[in-house]
Formats: sequence, structure tokens, C-alpha cells
Amino acid sequence: MMQTTAVVIAAGHAGLAMSRRLTERSIDPIVLERGEVANSWRTARWPSLRLLTPNWQTRLPGHDYAGADPDGYMPVAEVVATIARYARHVRAPVHTATTVRAASQGFEIRANEDVCYARAVVLATGACNLPAIPGVADAVPPSITTLTPLTYRDPGQLPDGGVLVVGASATGVQLAAEIHRSGRPVTLAFGEHVRLPRTYRGRDIFWWLEATGLLAEPYDQIDDVTRARHLPSPQLTGTLHPTMTDLNTLTAHGVLIVGRIGRIVDGVAQFSGSLPNTCALADLKMNRFLNRADEWATTAGLDDELPPPHRFAPTHVDPRTPLELDLTTGEITTVLWATGFRPDHSWLDVPVRDRAGHIRHDGGVVTSAPGLYLLGMPVLRTRASTYIHGAATDSEALARHLHSFLSSRRR
Amino acid sequence: MTITDRPVDNGVNVQALLDARNALSAAPEAAQFTWRASCTWRNGTHSHSTVDGFTGLGAEQRHRTTYEFDVDHPEIFASEDNGAAPVELVLVGPVGCLTAGVAAVAQHRGIQLRSVTATIEGEMNILGILGADPDVRNGFEAITVRFAIDADASRDDLEALVAQAQKRSAVFDIVTNPTKVLVELA
Repeated sequence: MMQTTAVVIAAGHAGLAMSRRLTERSIDPIVLERGEVANSWRTARWPSLRLLTPNWQTRLPGHDYAGADPDGYMPVAEVVATIARYARHVRAPVHTATTVRAASQGFEIRANEDVCYARAVVLATGACNLPAIPGVADAVPPSITTLTPLTYRDPGQLPDGGVLVVGASATGVQLAAEIHRSGRPVTLAFGEHVRLPRTYRGRDIFWWLEATGLLAEPYDQIDDVTRARHLPSPQLTGTLHPTMTDLNTLTAHGVLIVGRIGRIVDGVAQFSGSLPNTCALADLKMNRFLNRADEWATTAGLDDELPPPHRFAPTHVDPRTPLELDLTTGEITTVLWATGFRPDHSWLDVPVRDRAGHIRHDGGVVTSAPGLYLLGMPVLRTRASTYIHGAATDSEALARHLHSFLSSRRR
Repeated sequence: MTITDRPVDNGVNVQALLDARNALSAAPEAAQFTWRASCTWRNGTHSHSTVDGFTGLGAEQRHRTTYEFDVDHPEIFASEDNGAAPVELVLVGPVGCLTAGVAAVAQHRGIQLRSVTATIEGEMNILGILGADPDVRNGFEAITVRFAIDADASRDDLEALVAQAQKRSAVFDIVTNPTKVLVELA
């Protein structure tokens, strides 16, 4: 049996940033990692994936990007190398191959065959442990191969034939594009989505999102934070090539776009007729942000320096878009559920969940269980929390809170 | 555009709606509603429907009065035309819901409406219901709603208003997405 002050669960970028913040405060944490450092990046990401954020933005506490291509987008292998290098750099006390089986009140943690007691626990296992698959998936005919982004590697693993990709987040549009390029006709079914251009007025969109202050918006000032936390990722690809994964580009290459999947009856998938409005809303929201960006640029006096403002073509929806797709004809051989992810906190045995099973927290502070913290979740403390660099400021705020929690208990 | 101190008033109590959202998030059982209508056959294709009660907020509720609807078919269908056709009544639902949504969203966004009119059209090939062509569906092929809005707002703002009204509309959802329908014999 072991006593420790703070346990950080998972050695991804967030857990390692937290480890560093705690070490800075002379709180010696232990970091429990089920696999190796950056485990999800090593085992559960398809090889062609690149970060959505440009390299210069991949900042962690005490570590800025120092490579040769600040405007590029890191491939998965480089993300793994960067996080592994960071773990060494901050001398993180990582226990690899250590699976947490249960964490309960008072913070008793069972990992592998050991038990340890901690005064504070930081959950840094992230938001993408399990695929979030809608119930309609149960009605997919058994002859169809089904995949999720966690099991997808490349188009070569798919049977020949058409592919129905469900969901138009960054993942959905990227995989739709990649699979379509492999010669398998793709139908992309989706509802609410976030449209953003890769670059605008000569700058990366993440430069604009940061410069305008949007990414720094605090969670408690966002109008509907629950919605913000569940938004699909923006339809971007980590590349500057004109193969922009914008819906208009996908349809120009022959991808068929259809509405949100509603149900499957006798093997026939039915899609929502609300596709035109879904696309109109995404266009409106993109333009609202571009207006904000232009206003900011004028105020900042950058109009002479930057190319002039412009707008992108509205998303074109064919009025003949089908409302049904028969999955029994053999034309479609694969369904890929790119419908998002959910965290796996099933091992957490502390009563801190809401009705929907989500951990209730106030900007990462799990107030109903003092000493428990959540890190590495979308819009946890700001909109930047969704991205790697968000962990830099989030870990600082939570480490400060954790430190004062430990101090107050000591008194 | 003139700037006045007069508050925007579209006759929508936005605060009550926001309060309801907060209250019902905390008490989800009360958010479960059942809406009802009753129908009695008169003669031929003529029927008479009433709407008066519904269940919601954990209790049986009543409208101020009973609303009545005669439903029939036009004379060209060899009917007596004692009321709107059922397909026309279906059009009344989404356009009423979207118009309410436009007013509510405008109120929330501080847009004063002067007038809102809308037309809704459903296109249908009746070879479907006549059973004359198995490739033609019974229902609408498409529904088109056209709003004319006079308000102190830019065209972009009005487009956003109409888009948001669709996003928040129950009836828009009902007509655009599949719904499980059970018809039983009592």
C-alpha cells in the first residue's frame, strides 16, 4: 500500500502538463499510464491524421515548438514524438503499463494489482476513449462492415464498394475524402457541423481564432457551454493543399452529401430533410466569425498588411438530395461511424455524475468531490481547452486550485 | 435605422422561456409532454377533430377553450369540401411553428418585427395515393416555406433568424425526420 499526494491519471499532453505544474509547486505527483506516454496517439489514431492546429500553436508549459515548420501540421508520429520528448523534458514520474481499475472515495486507487491512496486525483484520460455511436447503428444490416475512427487505419482495410460515412466533424470529412480518393464511392450523412476555412486573408484560421480572443473565451462566459462542449470539431484538415475538406470541395469530387441519419427500416437508411438548413446555419456561423475577424483586424490596424476580406461560396445542397439509401443492395459495403467520441471514466467510483453520466465540474474542478480534477476535455476552461495548447493554461489554473486545496487541508 | 429607447416587444416572454429551460433541466420528468387530438367520422371523407387537453409539467393541462377542425377533401376529389384537406392541415403546423419561432428568436436577439407573413407549399404527385404508380410516394415530395419579414434588421440577420427558427422548431423536426408511428385498433 502506498500513500501519495497527487495522482494524475494518463500521460497524454494534458496529464504531463499537469505533472509539470505540480512539480513546479513541489507537489510530487505520480502519473499512471495504462500504456506508454501518448498512448491514444500511438494506438487509436489513423496514420494519415495530422493535428488541426498549426505547429506554432503546439505549446505546453515550458515547451514551445522549435521545429523547422511552424506553419505545418503535425502528423500523428510527430505528435507521439513531441509528447514523449516533453515527458522526458519535464521528467514526468510516469508509471507506464499501469491500468487504473478503480478510483473511489477518499481516493483509493487500484492500479494493476496495487492500491494507493491519494489526496488529490487529476483525470487526464481525455475525451476520446470510446466512439459515440447512435442507437440507429443496431439496425445496420449484418452484411455491412462497420468501423469507427478508433478502428479505422486506411482505406485498404475496407471491402470494395460504397462507404457511408456518418458525421461531418474534422474526422468525418477527412475520412470521407481519404476513402473517396481510394475509389470507393462515399456518401456522407450529417447534421449539425462547424464550417471553417483552413486559411483566411493569408493566415491560418487558428491564428484568427487566437488573435480575436475567441479561443480564450472562458467557459463561464460562453452563452451555452453545454452546447459548446458537444460541438463537432471544425471541418478542417491539417494541410495547406487545396484539397480542403469543405463540403463544396467534397461534393465537387463526387462525394454525395445527405442529411442526418434518422433511422434504418428494413435495411433502408432514412436521412433528415433538414440538410439545407443545417448547411445554412454552418455558413451563417462561419460568416459571423469572419465578420468578427474582419472587425478585429480593422481595430488592430492590420487592414493594410493583410489581403482584403472576402467570403466563401455558400454550401451547395442539391435539391435532389436523396432521403433514403438502401443498405441491402450491395452498393454500400461499409458504414463508418464518425459520430464523435466519449470519455471512459467507468472505473471512477465517486458519485460525481449528472443524469446524462457526465462528470459535473466547474471548469475542471469537481466541486462535489474536493481534490478531484478533470483535464483535457473540450471547452473545459476556455475554447482552447479542446486543443493541445489549452492544457497549458488549464493545468496552471487547476494546479493552483489543487495546491490551495492541499494547503487548506493541512491547516 | 433609428435608435430608440423603446424596448423590443414582439409579444414573446423570452424570460419565461429561459426560466422554463432552467427549471426543466433540473426537473426533467416535468419536461415530458403528450399532445393529443380526437377525431370523429361524420360522413364520406368528412371528419371532425377537437383539441383541448394535453399532458405536461407533470399534470393534465387544458387549453383556454376547445379548438375544432373540420377535415374533408375538395369537391374535385368527389368530396363535399366541409373543411381543409388533411394535407393542408399538415402545412399549417410547420408554418405556425416556424412563425412562432421567428418571433421568439427575434425577441431574444433584440429584433423588433413589424410584420411577418409566410406561405407554405407542399408538392405532391397524387398518383401515389391513387396507387397508380408504385414509384411515387404518397406524401409530399418537398415543402417550401417563404417568409416575408419587415423588421429593423439586416438581410443577414433575418436569414439567421429564419435558420434558427428551423433549428428550434418541433414541427420542422417532425416533418424532416423519421418518426415512429403506431396505428392500433382499440
